Amino acid sequence: MSSATDHAEESNYLNAKPGLMSWLTTLDHKRIGVMYLISILTAFFIAGMLAMLVRTELLTPGRTIVDPDTYNQFFTLHGAIMVFMFIIPGIPAALGNFVLPLMLGAKDVAFPRLNLMSWYLWVFGGVFAVVSMVTGAVDTGWTFYTPYSTDTSTSVINMTLGVFILGFASIFTGINFVVTIHKLRPAGMTWWRMPLMLWGLYATAIIQVLATPVIGITMLLLIAERTLGVGIFDPALGGDPLLYQHFFWFYSHPAVYIMILPAMGVISELISVHSRKTIFGYQAIALSSVAIAAFSFIVWGHHMFTAMSPMANMVFSALTFSVSIPSAVKTFNWLATLYRGHIRLNTPMLYALSFLFLFGIGGLTGLFLGTLAVDVHLHDTYFVVAHFHYVMFGGTVIAFLGGLHHWWPKMFGRMYNEGLAKLACFLIFIGFNITFMSQFIMGSLGMPRRYYDYIDAYGSYHVWSSIGAYIMAVGFFLTAGYLIHSLIAGKKAVENPWGAATLEWRTASPPIEHNFHETPDANYPYDYSVNRFNPDTGNYDHIGAPAQEDDDRAVGFHGHGLESTT
Amino acid sequence: MSDHGDHPDYLGHHYDTPEQQFDSGKFGMWLFLATEILLFAGLFCAYAVYRSNHPEIFHYSEQFLDRKLGGINTVVLITSSFTMAMAVRAAQLGKNGATAMFLVLTILGGFGFMGIKKVEYEHKWKHGLLWGNKYQDQEHHDGHDGHGGEHGDEGAHDDGHSLNLGIPGVTMAHAADGAGGGSAGDHGEDASQAGAAAGDGGDHGAATHAAGEHSDAGGHSDMSASDKSAPIMVDGEEIPHTTHETGAAAPEGLAGADDKHADDGAPAYVHIFFGIYFLMTGLHGLHVIAGLIAIAWVLVRTLKGHFSAEYSTPVDLVGLYWHIVDLVWIYLFPLLYLIS
Repeated sequence: MSSATDHAEESNYLNAKPGLMSWLTTLDHKRIGVMYLISILTAFFIAGMLAMLVRTELLTPGRTIVDPDTYNQFFTLHGAIMVFMFIIPGIPAALGNFVLPLMLGAKDVAFPRLNLMSWYLWVFGGVFAVVSMVTGAVDTGWTFYTPYSTDTSTSVINMTLGVFILGFASIFTGINFVVTIHKLRPAGMTWWRMPLMLWGLYATAIIQVLATPVIGITMLLLIAERTLGVGIFDPALGGDPLLYQHFFWFYSHPAVYIMILPAMGVISELISVHSRKTIFGYQAIALSSVAIAAFSFIVWGHHMFTAMSPMANMVFSALTFSVSIPSAVKTFNWLATLYRGHIRLNTPMLYALSFLFLFGIGGLTGLFLGTLAVDVHLHDTYFVVAHFHYVMFGGTVIAFLGGLHHWWPKMFGRMYNEGLAKLACFLIFIGFNITFMSQFIMGSLGMPRRYYDYIDAYGSYHVWSSIGAYIMAVGFFLTAGYLIHSLIAGKKAVENPWGAATLEWRTASPPIEHNFHETPDANYPYDYSVNRFNPDTGNYDHIGAPAQEDDDRAVGFHGHGLESTT
Repeated sequence: MSDHGDHPDYLGHHYDTPEQQFDSGKFGMWLFLATEILLFAGLFCAYAVYRSNHPEIFHYSEQFLDRKLGGINTVVLITSSFTMAMAVRAAQLGKNGATAMFLVLTILGGFGFMGIKKVEYEHKWKHGLLWGNKYQDQEHHDGHDGHGGEHGDEGAHDDGHSLNLGIPGVTMAHAADGAGGGSAGDHGEDASQAGAAAGDGGDHGAATHAAGEHSDAGGHSDMSASDKSAPIMVDGEEIPHTTHETGAAAPEGLAGADDKHADDGAPAYVHIFFGIYFLMTGLHGLHVIAGLIAIAWVLVRTLKGHFSAEYSTPVDLVGLYWHIVDLVWIYLFPLLYLIS
């Protein structure tokens, strides 16, 4: 295996073809993944800075730095950019694009050109969204509810057109992943031998394909409403603004699972690899991803409890609770995987443990909000804001960071500074909890979300919340610093630094242009007897699984010999 | 990756076999078609919501759509789907000449469809049968000649008249409808004219039935244009119901009765129907144009000899796309044109 590493130093996907144009026209899923990574991190930076501005404005009651209209624009852009340009494409398009074909032992995704087009659409849609910042930033909240969005003078059309285009970027990624997983799995990798990351991405892709067109048509209707005055959402013209909300949440609730399912896939990998123990309840975790994907389509009404009949509310409330079952199935299986594992408290694992803690809080507070009577008190307060940040940030972003640190050596062939990485993880974890725990409290005390001004009673919570946000910002800048530093001066990464058993670790770091010299045999992805630590190189050398072959033949395992002769 | 040696040109480097590539392409296309269906699903939902909340709007508005043109367009599109299927078959057999011919026929079908659509749109544009604030109340003059004229017009289509032969002298936007077929109808004789047209169209029974029904609506008809009260809406709704026995004849019959009695009580917010109509048919029209571009692309590739009995996947996939465009119209036509 070390010979493969030597070979890779001469040529890998990063240096195989030189020049900017070779990147902009690449069909290589790894390069597209990296381009997506840079793009979404740019969006994350912009949206994160907007969050800092929001938190700074809220440091004091009344005006702190900007006027109320600008404040509306800040939180709207923060939400819209975070959701549509960072969290939704984040794990699938950046990390997923990179690792999915590698995990399959494949050379690429099924439709490489579609993949590149997806990235260009993201850029194109992003340009529309960012242009809207200059031409009069949207101030409606990221949900673009009518009649705000039909009445405001800000450039709603730019933003919604951007969202429409970003939706197509997402659809194309989804189509690519579903087809790739169906058609490009190697011999020997049955559905039940697929890494759980792929199950997560698969369930995500299904939602991307089935839900995103609805936001597409919703955005088109909104544009038609604004440009033509069609009146579908305008009560003055006989339309129904609530219809907009139904349309919007029919996509945007499943979109929440587009955000969290790949994160759950990442966590499944991280927890198993870094406790070097086979995953507990593989099938339960895999199927719960699919179950969550299915449930995601029938719970959108819980965003509209104040706008529907009691009967509809009760149905949606019950369905909402049902989502907690597959989510809890996952959580308990992860905990059981940790039990008596050889837990390695490195950065990816710290992020995985943070995920369990934060997602646990995010998920459980969701039950408060799904309860009709309690929701009457809590809806549209900071409690809701804190809840979805615990899920979106505490879940998805934390998992994204964990995955980024886990696959960073594979992506760029360099190790980052572990000490600084742990420090950054700690800062982000602490900062996050300070920020949003105080929001839970002030929300339950009645502080409404999105308000510019507040009474003094909420003052200390807002101050703490802002302090937490600044701590997080420090953590992120630190992360950016040591990751960039690692690209320049990081220690060279070995092929398999973590001892993972999935196929992406069976090629050089960074991988060669066509991923593998020879298609690797698919073993059970959580069988850690297939590799052994080599203290000389720091690598986990692949030794195959001779002892396993007898057992595996029954489930279609193909040994070395069989594969190489075909 | 055992078959590097015989990797054909058309086979992507990441595929092992042409079958794998073909299966992937086809599967991907089906997923894409699913997204297309879901894109339209939003509009179908809007349609369902508004139709169940305001059935009277739909029953009233439908009379302004031209079933004959819609029907012809349906036939045109189904025929083009057939020629597309023939093109796919020819491509699979490696008969490039036949493939090209059938693709050309399909393109002609697509243009035919768009041409007829243009005629329909022009007609609506001219008469203010539009969305939102652009909608012009039809009832002002409806009662006198617009309605009769409209349906006289439809009847006259049997005689090969075309919709956009509007007679300019007519005062009202909508009245100009009538000009095409029942020009006489515009000038006071509309009752007999339209009635005759209805007779031509088919079933006299239906016509008289509708006439009887209509006198009821006529009772309200002398109210001012702004009167859009609920009972009238109900009338508007019921009229088509009673005449449902004969698809095409019913409106003519209705129109025949409509002669003097002015407006049949146009419900409020009729423009909602036209908003939905234009969104649905407009989005569908965009898909037809996209389909035409895709067919032109495979036509060029066919003529360049890119396809063979071994490889004709793009023709196959474009064919699937064209069929879904056709299928959407198959649903749009009855939902918009055949309400009563």
